Amino acid sequence: MAEETKFEPRIVAFLCNWCTYAGADLAGTGRNQYQANVRVIKLPCTGGIDPLFLIKAFERGADGILVSGCHPGDCHYNSGNYHARRRWNVFRPLLEFCGINPERIQFSWVSAAEGGKWVETINGVVDTVRALGPFEGYQKINAVGSDASGEAATSGDTG
Amino acid sequence: MIEALRKKAEELLKNKTVDVVYGYGEGSVPERTRPVFITKPEDVNKLTWNKYCVYNLTTYLKKQESRKLGKPAIVVKGCDAKTITVLIKESQIKREDIYIIGVTCTGIGDPPATKCKACDVNTPLIYDELIGEKIGNKEFSFEERYAELDEYEKLSEQEKWDFWQKQFEKCIKCYACSSICPLCFCDRCIVDKNQPQWIDPSAHPRGNLSWNVTRAYHLAGRCINCEECQRVCPADIPLNLLNKKLAKETEKNFKYRSGYNVDDELAMATYKEDDNQDFIK
Repeated sequence: MAEETKFEPRIVAFLCNWCTYAGADLAGTGRNQYQANVRVIKLPCTGGIDPLFLIKAFERGADGILVSGCHPGDCHYNSGNYHARRRWNVFRPLLEFCGINPERIQFSWVSAAEGGKWVETINGVVDTVRALGPFEGYQKINAVGSDASGEAATSGDTG
Repeated sequence: MIEALRKKAEELLKNKTVDVVYGYGEGSVPERTRPVFITKPEDVNKLTWNKYCVYNLTTYLKKQESRKLGKPAIVVKGCDAKTITVLIKESQIKREDIYIIGVTCTGIGDPPATKCKACDVNTPLIYDELIGEKIGNKEFSFEERYAELDEYEKLSEQEKWDFWQKQFEKCIKCYACSSICPLCFCDRCIVDKNQPQWIDPSAHPRGNLSWNVTRAYHLAGRCINCEECQRVCPADIPLNLLNKKLAKETEKNFKYRSGYNVDDELAMATYKEDDNQDFIK
């Protein structure tokens, strides 16, 4: 019974098509097991990942996020990951400033040949977020006004 | 100073150097001013200058209504002038298409605005004509510039979350912050797009967080700290703290300060191979 109530984090991974997605595929082909908490979203390039995607993942109930792409210098489009890195350098502190634990949003470089690193990285993210527990803060604001929220009746709605 | 300003405006309009002068005019009470658009030389007496000239008039450079009036001369304080530098860099205006009337300024608002505390642009960095005695611009250290953030940065994660949730909860999604912002110039803002609907349009805490984070983030490496968003916010959300935090990170990571040098590469439109990546696994 105890196992049924154990918290399993929901992790959304945004992967670039050319490196990390292929790396994750390699892990699969090589039958390397990793924790099944992750939902992978494949995108052409990390440079095309609008930070709004990441906020949206939290809105839709993610407890943690991993963004992963090609190592610097290996971008299929030459500079996509460099531009992405710039954005993360400011976006991550912004979220932290707003009270979001930076451990919930992690970044990595995993190449198409690094099936092992993918397994290691994603297991690391899952374990970290599992230890942090559910993202209650965000889930609470998501639920404001909905039937699931106990606060609905007292939230001051006059309508 | 007011006389010099009016004289210059009159001269510019008479010579047809410009078609319109964007400036400050008297408001309904002495503590207020309002933007005025002078198109006739005989109207230049409507122009004024005092410590209540808080607005950043460069925001009218993005508005269709004011652009229709023709080539503008624009009255700017040091802080506002930084906007023009960014607008030029971002190809929104051409330097030769505007005439900049810079005014020296020792602080505005009563009580003085927060931005004036560590002001290092008492004399504008870019202008065609300077009104007022030139003031030597001060220099501040990195810590002094962002001192305002200290008390918020040292809060715990939970305290930060609670503080910002309390602030964002007040947001009524009026978008005054982006309407007033001279650098929020997209014809179609992300919040106007509904397929897909990235940001919940209702004033719900979920969408409020997304909106306020996104608005600030879109100004990363661009905001010049004019504080107009914060001033116009009817819910009194300290929006400029977010902008300032981003400016701090941009300066820390990329050694870039928006609006100071027209030759600098825009921070978020370029990259260096050795950019910080100690947080990336």
